Amino acid sequence: MNITFLVQNTFNGIMLGGLYALIAVGYTMVYGILRLINFAHGDVMMMGVYFAFYFAVLTKSNVVIAFIVAVLGAALLGFLIDNVAYKPLRNAPRISALITAIGVSFFLESFAVVVFGAIPKPFTSIFKSQTLLMKVLNVGGARIPVLTFLVIGITAVIFVFLFLIVYKTKIGMAMRAISADIPTTSLMGVNVNFVISFTFALGSALAAASGLMWSMRYPNVFPYMGFMPGMKAFIAAVFGGIGSIPGAILGGLLLGLIEIFIPAYFQSMMMYRDALAFIILIVILLVKPSGLLGKKAVEKV
Amino acid sequence: MRKLIFVFLLVVFAVSIFVAEEIKIGVVLPMTGGISAFGQMTWEGISLAHKMYPTVLGKEVKLILFDNRSEKTEAANAVARAIDKEHVVAIIGEVASSHSLAGGPIAEKNHIPMVSPASTNPMVTQGKRYVSRVCFIDPFQGAAAAVFAFKNLGAKTVAVFTDIEQDYSVGLSKFFVDKFKKLGGKVVSLYYRTGDQDFTAQLTIALSKNPDAIYVTGYYPEIALLSRQARQLGFKGYLLAGDGAEAPELFSIGGDAVDGLFLTTHYHPKGAATSMAKKFYDAFVKEYGKDPSALAALGFDAYLLIIDAIKRAGSADPEAIAKAIRETENFEAVTGVITIEKETGNPIKDVVVDKANAKEKKFDFAAIVSAQELK
Repeated sequence: MNITFLVQNTFNGIMLGGLYALIAVGYTMVYGILRLINFAHGDVMMMGVYFAFYFAVLTKSNVVIAFIVAVLGAALLGFLIDNVAYKPLRNAPRISALITAIGVSFFLESFAVVVFGAIPKPFTSIFKSQTLLMKVLNVGGARIPVLTFLVIGITAVIFVFLFLIVYKTKIGMAMRAISADIPTTSLMGVNVNFVISFTFALGSALAAASGLMWSMRYPNVFPYMGFMPGMKAFIAAVFGGIGSIPGAILGGLLLGLIEIFIPAYFQSMMMYRDALAFIILIVILLVKPSGLLGKKAVEKV
Repeated sequence: MRKLIFVFLLVVFAVSIFVAEEIKIGVVLPMTGGISAFGQMTWEGISLAHKMYPTVLGKEVKLILFDNRSEKTEAANAVARAIDKEHVVAIIGEVASSHSLAGGPIAEKNHIPMVSPASTNPMVTQGKRYVSRVCFIDPFQGAAAAVFAFKNLGAKTVAVFTDIEQDYSVGLSKFFVDKFKKLGGKVVSLYYRTGDQDFTAQLTIALSKNPDAIYVTGYYPEIALLSRQARQLGFKGYLLAGDGAEAPELFSIGGDAVDGLFLTTHYHPKGAATSMAKKFYDAFVKEYGKDPSALAALGFDAYLLIIDAIKRAGSADPEAIAKAIRETENFEAVTGVITIEKETGNPIKDVVVDKANAKEKKFDFAAIVSAQELK
């Protein structure tokens, strides 16, 4: 076990963890504001990838345009989902919304099977040539895809962007107010329904952005592609402290590194690689339910 | 109780009238889900065979298609539905070994003959009297890959990737490892699961042992992604796979990374010698305007085998068909001359090796490993 092996595994872990972090940020933002675990997050991510794929294939346009269209399309989809599925349940118990989220997830998956077909599609075919992002750097024997840096860069940009929206804009103030108390916020003259829809649209746009990064690394596009990454990102968000954006990033990176390093150095664990994430979930829920960076929730009576 | 018996008799009566008009054969395939490409390809062969030979014993054959959605539970449900609801006399299916292992016991219990076109795991027919197949089994395929890697490619160390969720993959890897070690080679074993997208942890371990070849025994989505990541991590040796790699999606997802990948398979137009193979090839090209896949050939053979068994049995009684299937001897099919082993229900045939050609997105014929070499 030499240095190259260590460096290679570290970068593999950062790549995977960066992707988890990117997906987890969207998860955690919606939860932080609405206290709803949006189980359809991974499937919105899948839809975003299909939007980009079909837009690029049908219009033969530039990949960048396709990406922008996909992110906007996903935002619109999030807005629609909220209006159709969640809005009628605003005053219902939280568990109803959670079950609806699972229903939306199944609906999106089945919808994709019917409309886009179940046969996997190659995401890389929309790139006209081997772009710089597909290149792989050779650093002293370790191989690092350029994409790794893009994923980390985008995660950082999104972090700053979210911070600015939530803390520096009027709608951000409304979002924070809603997370504290919905009826009072509405009494202050805030259009609560619009703010919640906006939150979903923003979360869905983030899901699409992360899905596009995911597909550049793993170019196998199929209707159930969002399920496992969504699940892992959910665990990453809980690990870091659900509702906390820095927590989601930390949780994602740690989860990625753990999933790479444990099988690399304890090879008998290789068969249980997926189980690792769920073991982490159980342990964190038992030991520190608020997560690594989460605030302890004070239940108001 | 008396009422129940009456209803039962009525059902039996109704069914026997219905059966007299046509011969119903159920087809259980993964038409949607992860390995739907396999289901679609097999169905092309089966429906072509049905079009060419639509009657037997002067009666119309009716094919009823069931989708198992690439899921184990649905694989069992679909067989039960075919038997209980449609009262089929025989079943063609399924493709993935784990699906046949789920559906096979139900056919066995109901004494309905089932012929799998492409499930290569030995357990599929083991200890069963009603489940048979037209493809070779994994000991053959795994051993053929080992012989090919050792003798034709000159590989000494091979990293073997096993999909622990697929009985097919676990079996294939085991028989490869046994044979390759017996020949004097070294093996590094690694594991993954269906649906995995990231293989960098396992690949980094594998590449630290400097293997001459990587052998992946799962299905095409994972093989394509794994090949990509292996090449990105700087692997320059041979890539080797089983028949699970044989789908057009291997090229679209794998891109240049899968160029030169070798895979063991059942059929290649250039490697086929029987007169039925010629007939099949011409009819297939005419019908679909493309070269037939191995799965289409196997689906075609599965249908022919059942029709041949019904003809020899002289009746469409499931018991008689099952018996006749196991008595098949030197039957000229597309994928070779098939003799079904009476005890096991497995055919004995040669193994074809193809080489993936990423530029033209097709599989070129590479070699044949004869059944003699594998004994």
